[in-house]
Amino acid sequence: MGHVKTSVWHAVFAGSLAQNKARSLLSVLAIALGVALGYAVQLVSAAAVNELGQGVQFLSGAADLQVRGPRGGFDESIYPQLARMPEIAVASPVVEVDARIADRNDVLKIIGIDAFRAAGVQPGLVAAPEDRLDLLRSDALFLSPAASRWLGIDAGASVNLQNALRVVALRVAGLAPAGGEQRFAVMDIAGVQTNFDRVGLITRVDLRVRAGVDVDNFRDRLQALLPAGLAVQRPEASVAASESLSRSYRVNMNVLALVALFTGALLVFSTQALAVVRRRAQLALLRVLGVTRRRLIFLLVAEGAAIGVAGSVLGLIGGFVLAEIAIRTVGLDFGAGYFRGLTPVLSPNLLALGLFFCLGVAAAMLGSFAPALEAARAAPARALKAGDQERAFDRLRPVWPALLTIIAGGVASLLPPVAHLPLFGYIAIALLLIGTLMLIPRITSMLLALAPIPQGAPARLALLQLRGAPGQAGVSLVAIVASVSLMVSMAIMVASFRSSLDAWLERVLPADVYVRANAAGDSAYLDTEVQGRIAALPGIRRAEFVREQQLLLDPYRPRIVLLAREGDAPTLARQLSLVSESLPAGVATEAGAPPPIWVNEAMVDLYDFRFGKVIELPLAGTPTPFTVAGVWRDYARSQGAVVVERARYIAFTGDRTATNAALWLAPGVDVGSISEAIVRGIPGGSRLDIAAPGEIRQLSLKAFDRTFAVTYALELAAVVIGLFGLSSSFGALVLSRRREFGLLRHLGMTRRQIGAMLAVEGVLVSGIGLMIGFCLGWVISIILIHVVNRQSFHWSMELFAPWTALAGSALLVLALSTLTAVAMGRQAMGQRAILAVKEDW
Amino acid sequence: MLVVRDLGKSFAGPRPRTVFAGVDLDLARGEYVAVMGESGIGKSTLLNLVAGLENADGGSIRLDGVELTTLDDDALTILRRGHLGFVFQAFHVLPYLTVRQNVALPLSLLRNVGTEAQSRVTVMLAAVGLGERGDSMPSELSGGELQRVAIARALVHAPRLVLADEPTGNLDPESAGQVLGLLREQIKANNAAGILVTHSQVAAGTCDRILQLTASGLREIAPHRQTP
Repeated sequence: MGHVKTSVWHAVFAGSLAQNKARSLLSVLAIALGVALGYAVQLVSAAAVNELGQGVQFLSGAADLQVRGPRGGFDESIYPQLARMPEIAVASPVVEVDARIADRNDVLKIIGIDAFRAAGVQPGLVAAPEDRLDLLRSDALFLSPAASRWLGIDAGASVNLQNALRVVALRVAGLAPAGGEQRFAVMDIAGVQTNFDRVGLITRVDLRVRAGVDVDNFRDRLQALLPAGLAVQRPEASVAASESLSRSYRVNMNVLALVALFTGALLVFSTQALAVVRRRAQLALLRVLGVTRRRLIFLLVAEGAAIGVAGSVLGLIGGFVLAEIAIRTVGLDFGAGYFRGLTPVLSPNLLALGLFFCLGVAAAMLGSFAPALEAARAAPARALKAGDQERAFDRLRPVWPALLTIIAGGVASLLPPVAHLPLFGYIAIALLLIGTLMLIPRITSMLLALAPIPQGAPARLALLQLRGAPGQAGVSLVAIVASVSLMVSMAIMVASFRSSLDAWLERVLPADVYVRANAAGDSAYLDTEVQGRIAALPGIRRAEFVREQQLLLDPYRPRIVLLAREGDAPTLARQLSLVSESLPAGVATEAGAPPPIWVNEAMVDLYDFRFGKVIELPLAGTPTPFTVAGVWRDYARSQGAVVVERARYIAFTGDRTATNAALWLAPGVDVGSISEAIVRGIPGGSRLDIAAPGEIRQLSLKAFDRTFAVTYALELAAVVIGLFGLSSSFGALVLSRRREFGLLRHLGMTRRQIGAMLAVEGVLVSGIGLMIGFCLGWVISIILIHVVNRQSFHWSMELFAPWTALAGSALLVLALSTLTAVAMGRQAMGQRAILAVKEDW
Repeated sequence: MLVVRDLGKSFAGPRPRTVFAGVDLDLARGEYVAVMGESGIGKSTLLNLVAGLENADGGSIRLDGVELTTLDDDALTILRRGHLGFVFQAFHVLPYLTVRQNVALPLSLLRNVGTEAQSRVTVMLAAVGLGERGDSMPSELSGGELQRVAIARALVHAPRLVLADEPTGNLDPESAGQVLGLLREQIKANNAAGILVTHSQVAAGTCDRILQLTASGLREIAPHRQTP
């Protein structure tokens, strides 16, 4: 009995896995590549989020709640009020500054604590130096072990940091007792306030509530008592806020990586479908001999599972190696710049391992399921008959399931985001893709019917063969159509983004020179004296200063950016890249009307700050009403940002400092000479970043390309898998026709003519694949641009298709697939044609 | 028309084997012979050698004075295209072409696709009794009908020589009888020569002569049949 079972098992398996070693290996590799990419992206993202979480957890210690506000700080007088509350056991004030390391484009996080208070909430931050007074000295700091390693300095050394444009030299008094892989320094809170111009300000208060106090209930009561712009939340909210900044990016990367796995599943589908069709008579024979439908399905799906297991194991190993390479070369954020300052450590966990293993196996099994079902459903008597293969594709003929899937995709693309993620956008793309793939045999059939029958025998036979077997041709196309459509859609999306970014930079950089104090960290700025000196430099016709500030509107989201810019409402409305209509100049200045504010698209999506709406912003602890006078495009950030008139900002806050300056030069004055004048004439001028708009554009586009480098790599992987799929299935088709070639050789067709016939078939099939792939890709790109990108990053953009590059890629795919067809034909011709005609059809 | 002299064939490999040697055969236009012999003796190999699909170890094959053993693959292919017709046991009718297109295939390869060619196809289809089935797909035909298509295809381009390898091996006796009759009739009608390889005495009986293939050559085992 066991022997019989083995025979049935062997009869099914030997037909595919063993007899088609190369194609089975290709399927395994495709699944492995998909799993590897998905797992690598997950590992790297998990490492980044884990580091963020550990950082917040460590820095907040045993705090039950945290009071947070603007990044620049809030009035410290709130602290004694909190400390006196009966529900609070310990309140620990904190000043956090991301201090720029002098003459370096790096940031060191400085945490100012009251050692006596912190001991009760964040004991891990309180060092135990030999000289206990170092804990209170304003020139002493304690480096975390990771920061010490990073800076290459130890106790006794000094570290130069920047405040405004001045250097602050601080002594390393020792190492903080803990901190894992976090890079930071701890010092006395008063020291941070005096050294970094934060006197009277704090950035956070960590609270431990007394035993028995309901934390959430107390939080709600406390929130009502806090001034505008402050929020009290559990420390986890900070993790959520930090995480949310990069969440969309990470999710998009994950989806993109899973696309490779999806393409792999399609490859398994087409390979298995064609293998099953080729063995249709053999499988029917097994049914005749008594193998049940269920058992046949089980055996064929098990074949897929075997491919999936092998692919997943290979993929998991490859994914780990890829992730290691990625964090060493492009960093935790794949070059996007979200996680600077984190020291990454990969920590694979069983859940993720299991998940990606199962995904790989499921993809392969799913790819095998439809062919298995078809083989089991086929009527054995008919399937045993020669020439019945095309009947296997009959189930692909009905059009309505495909049309319904496409319509569902169209509807999904209109739905709003879920938890600020474009889930329906992804679903829409998946449905459109699946619907179109289901339509491929029908579309192939229609297009082939339209083609005129050529005179030459090879081309004529090629066309007639394809017309006679559109199902097989269609199935062989699924992987390449999927990958080409994704390649085209990503290419159009990225090109649209790049060209829109380029146009935007042109628009938002009207000045001749830009000066930036806070390129790294938030400790550097331009005081009023420096501003005056810059404005008075000979050769400067006009100088406009900008104050960049960060406000907390929602503790679960990153702070929004407030830009206080010089100029009146009409000027600002003109300078900004508005995507909405603009309020007439007079409306917002009418008596009693709140002053104008211009918001970026993220503010509309995340905070519903719509055009014309009156909103409130917490300025200097006071809720201040504004009228949304316009919505502007902001490719510089994906979190919210608002622009206000600087004069009003100063009037509300008294803050006259600036972080950036835009300079217009007098005729004949060049950027180099002004740059030199700033470096020489302004104290600390060498610490400023000075750039012409051209340089900024170049740097921005370079950063853009770096960010999308990994995207290109993932896209390439999908296309490679698609080509694998095409060559594998085309190869299978060609090899299965060796008897036909044998007959044609008998009838007098030369090898060259058969090669030409296959080349024509290759061109026709891949041409149809490319045509469908391009059309579908164009539709998907619209969803990517207007739904996925908009809902993920809140950026709108204009459609731009890089036709030349796309045409080049199309030609390459066409050439590769045609070569594959011819190469496979040669292999098939290598079989002795004479022997082949002895076989039954 | 076909003159074979001292033809020999052996197969190399781990267990080299001489299939046959010293084969002589003379075949005139309009003549139809059967080749019989035990399994594995090389009957199909003999057909392949005559068709130029395999290379002989020695000897000569001349078709209308052209020595086939000296021709290269392209020349043999072109010769096959114009002057040979084949009928196989497994029919080998292309499933993606209609019956008419299958029959027209040899003419198409000869770039003969004009009205005259179309008429010739029609004549051949009528001759094999498939005049009404030209637009059918092969999947709609029975085995006997498929073999009729193959016969029409083998003769449509008026070849000098028709090679048939067990053409009735897959057919029931009634269909086999019809096909054999048709094959003979058409070979004669087209004034071609024909070689039928078969195990069946009944099938061989439809030919003019019956030859027995042995390792040492061909020998005649039945006299000339009266040509109808």
